[in-house]
Amino acid sequence: MNKPIIDYLLHLADNSLILGQRNAEWCGHGPILEQDIAITNISLDLIGQSRSFYQYAAQLKNDNTTEDSLAFFRTEREFKNFLLLEQPNGDWAQTILKQFFFSSFQFLLFQQLQKNSDETLAAIAEKSLKEISYHLRWSSEWVERLGDGTEESRNRILNAVNNLWRFTGELFIPAAYETELGIELNSIKENWQEKINEIFKNATLPILSNVFFQTGGKTGNHTEQLGFILTELQYMQRTFPGCEW
Amino acid sequence: MVIMNKLNFNKETIYTYLKEIKDPEIPVLSIVDLGIVRDVKINTDGLEIVITATYTGCPAMDMIATDIRMQLNKLGFTNLKISTIISPAWTTDWISDAGKIKLKNYGIAPPNKRFLIASNGVECPRCQSINTKLISEFGSTACKAMFQCDDCCEPFDYFKCH
Ligand SMILES: [Zn+2]
Repeated sequence: MNKPIIDYLLHLADNSLILGQRNAEWCGHGPILEQDIAITNISLDLIGQSRSFYQYAAQLKNDNTTEDSLAFFRTEREFKNFLLLEQPNGDWAQTILKQFFFSSFQFLLFQQLQKNSDETLAAIAEKSLKEISYHLRWSSEWVERLGDGTEESRNRILNAVNNLWRFTGELFIPAAYETELGIELNSIKENWQEKINEIFKNATLPILSNVFFQTGGKTGNHTEQLGFILTELQYMQRTFPGCEW
Repeated sequence: MVIMNKLNFNKETIYTYLKEIKDPEIPVLSIVDLGIVRDVKINTDGLEIVITATYTGCPAMDMIATDIRMQLNKLGFTNLKISTIISPAWTTDWISDAGKIKLKNYGIAPPNKRFLIASNGVECPRCQSINTKLISEFGSTACKAMFQCDDCCEPFDYFKCH
């Protein structure tokens, strides 16, 4: 059994790593060069965040664990990322919406975490926030542009809303480790909803209600998508353990 | 290799050596100009160089640590510790004034408090025009945004306030 703080750090790290890995799939495939560069830069920020969290978790575990062993040698059931983040990129609209939902959440959560009594956690949150504000602004602008754009772009973002909304409930249902650490998700939920309402209003997008929320990612029960991501992500280390560039 | 006699150096001289190490992405700036070097400690068991990352995901950090090690090893400092701190978080305010001038001469518009959020009008480092357009908030590296100058018609990077 892990201590709650270690589980929580892994949850934060896995979130950033899995979305970072997903976004990186766009490298060389973005709709235009500038946006290709933007999404891969965001990827880099996310992977940087995950490294900070993994490094700290490894330090607390104080055994042979390293940031690499946490990323490359844990199995699907040990990953604690949101289901939302492992979903396929689909088209640009789905990728953007996933990023927007997550950045809005991270922006609020990390504001809370930067005041956490754990100084290292607070420092990582403070540093990451600077980058997250860029991700949030960029993805918000895209949601508005797509929603209030052409018929084609609007259909695509509507489709993304229909696909992804069911994965947003999980963000606010505390896992045992969050409750034990006193992470307060209720106020974040309210502010998150406000942010979504604001951007969706500008984007002329509807707010869905009466959707059944999928849960489980935070405690290791994933959709079939995560296995595919880990297969690719972990392949080299699984095949040649300890290999270096 | 001979360990340098303690009388031969102090914090200042170590900084002079560190100033010779350039940022791998922006080779006109030294790691000292950029504010990556936070402290130099002369401990009884060796030297400690304290550094911080500009951006959490900056891929250059491992390379910078290696460059510091190589540079100082070459000068005979073998008992060397390089530690990374994350707090306080790095800010563009730590880029030295000399660094900002070097950036501009290199063709990168230096961070400017009037453009905390990158937007049209950042001064073109080539022709000084402010008739410029933001192309993308994300540039060739995480720390830069892409601009286009409508007077000299050249593209340029802006080092974003961070
Ligand atoms: Zn110009």
